[in-house]
Amino acid sequence: MFDKEKLSHIKEVRQKWEDGVLAKTLNKAPESKEEFKSVSGALVNRLYTPEDVENIDYESEIGYPGQYPFTRGYQPTMYRGRPWTMRMYAGFATAEESNERYKYLVSQGSTGLSVAFDLPTQIGYDSDHSLAQGEVGKVGVAIDSLRDMEILFDGIPLDKVSTSMTINAPAAVLLAMYIAVAEKQGVSPDKLRGTIQNDILKEYIARGTYIFPTEPSMRLITNIFEYCSKHVPKWNTISISGYHIREAGSTAAQEVGFTLADGIAYVEAAIKAGLDVDTFAPRLSFFFNSHNDLFEEVAKFRAARRLWAKIMKNRFKAKDEKSMMLKFHTQTAGCTLTAQQPDNNIIRVAMQALAAVLGGTQSLHTNSRDEALALPTTDSVTIALRTQQIIANETGVANTVDPLAGSYFIEAKTKEIEVKAMEYITKIDELGGAARAIDLGYIQKEISDSAYQYQMEIESLERIVVGVNKYQVEEDAPKGLLRVDPIVAEMQKEKINEVKAKRNNLAVEEKLDLLKKACEGTENVMPFILDAVKEYASLGEICGVMREVFGEYEQAVLI
Amino acid sequence: MKRPIRVLIAKPGLDGHDRGAKVIARALRDAGMEVIYTGLRQTPEQIVAAAVQEDVDVVGLSLLSGAHNYLFPKVADLLKEQGVDDVLIIGGGVIPNEDIQGLKEAGISEIFTPGTPTAKMIEYIKNNLKRI
Repeated sequence: MFDKEKLSHIKEVRQKWEDGVLAKTLNKAPESKEEFKSVSGALVNRLYTPEDVENIDYESEIGYPGQYPFTRGYQPTMYRGRPWTMRMYAGFATAEESNERYKYLVSQGSTGLSVAFDLPTQIGYDSDHSLAQGEVGKVGVAIDSLRDMEILFDGIPLDKVSTSMTINAPAAVLLAMYIAVAEKQGVSPDKLRGTIQNDILKEYIARGTYIFPTEPSMRLITNIFEYCSKHVPKWNTISISGYHIREAGSTAAQEVGFTLADGIAYVEAAIKAGLDVDTFAPRLSFFFNSHNDLFEEVAKFRAARRLWAKIMKNRFKAKDEKSMMLKFHTQTAGCTLTAQQPDNNIIRVAMQALAAVLGGTQSLHTNSRDEALALPTTDSVTIALRTQQIIANETGVANTVDPLAGSYFIEAKTKEIEVKAMEYITKIDELGGAARAIDLGYIQKEISDSAYQYQMEIESLERIVVGVNKYQVEEDAPKGLLRVDPIVAEMQKEKINEVKAKRNNLAVEEKLDLLKKACEGTENVMPFILDAVKEYASLGEICGVMREVFGEYEQAVLI
Repeated sequence: MKRPIRVLIAKPGLDGHDRGAKVIARALRDAGMEVIYTGLRQTPEQIVAAAVQEDVDVVGLSLLSGAHNYLFPKVADLLKEQGVDDVLIIGGGVIPNEDIQGLKEAGISEIFTPGTPTAKMIEYIKNNLKRI
């Protein structure tokens, strides 16, 4: 970014400074540590200067927002146009209770919905399945059939809100239910806006709600890409997620590297299935974590945008600039929340949310202070939402685009994370791609190594966690936590029995049979799932048919 | 000690969060114990079968989904049914304080909540083995 002459002068002066002012200070008062490291364990220098960015070309590497390589943002005006979407992930117990929470969030200024499903739903079991016992309604809402989905979105106009659904293995089924509910509201699929997570690779890596083996799972994903490009064109068909990779313990560079490697695998699968890259790539979206290290996180978001743009342009020869834009949702880092002195979590979340905004996120979920203990109460969720509103309305950080650009530190770190992430991608390419690298356990091992190191640093006090290994106090057990009544499971069971008694069971059987044949063949399964859903076939029945044809994924167990 | 302490680290239920389970498995192994990790989605029956087959001294249950009040006691009961009464059962995860007493009464000797140093757990295991 500087001419040679200027740079050599800067070097000279820096040398003088080091030998003079700096040396004198270090002699008198040495620094508190020999090395300073980021949350990810990356070395952080005392000072960054023009020398650290001498090889970064402004126009080709940093550039302008809304154009290649999108380092400064995917959109030219960013939050000056409109603020990010404040999208709070919520859902628990029954569809009725969750519906109430959504209406409350919207009334408080939440601008998008984000549905959390319980584990049986995420793994394709109805609430009355034996493996669902104890789990119904616990980490999200239980959805067994279209009936539950109708209740969940009752009174919420689906042409007005955008809805994100954290659903992966059975994503096609929940999307079909959403389309069916919209139709009943008189909203056609082409008006629907939202996202399904639909990212199975990171389920194998880090999150664990897989059902089917890799190959049929990738087929389901590409079926959704194809179906939506024709019928639900405003829908984000996948949210390629680094969030859970980071939660599992990865570093920032690993989060970018592994997530983009997963992204590459999806693009390759879709191209292999005969889709043109520019028909589906504009609908790919991403989901990242915002952790504690403010500058590292900002650099991470910028690096991810630049690297993805380069990959789409150079590797996949995308022509549409929309295919090169990395749009992303962010959630603050759940793993940084402490059970000790839980109110401190409000501060952590605020800083992490700030990093996400400075990094140019498109939407944001802020965690609640009590989430290391239980699902959040309404009061806690409100504080978390207010945190975003304070950042947007009071701090002024949203007034200019990419405010930290040009900082020697931020630009040097952005480059560093991009380079490290690319090294991981190259390694994964050598292993045969993301799916293969997961089968080999490579990605999981890298992550758990980082997680273990992080934990050991906390235990050796090399890393301080306020309230956990320093500044501890004796405290009373927190009161007023949210609890899901076990009666929820009984209510769900009754509801699904009622649905099964009332529906046209012959039609259900017929649609399930057709779905089975489609699964066995090579057709797009989406229309068949939609037909079955409309007859109130249950999630468990539909996934059961697919389990029969596709089999189940076997996890590689490593420690 | 005749042989190293043998530990089964298990993930009951449908919960996929295994960062804690893996970190603990490794910390126990580094502390000289023999550790078997079950992987995800184990039924209480599978966990008990593995505990018996592997002849472990300790079963460590990790769960973050909120289903602990159902699944932890089930493991303890099944072990009892099998006539196994000398295995130390411990648990960890996102578990509210008010649930801990009930879990202890159900046969889980100790619950370790987020923020517990692995060293504390290692010490606990060494001091509380039921087989000597």
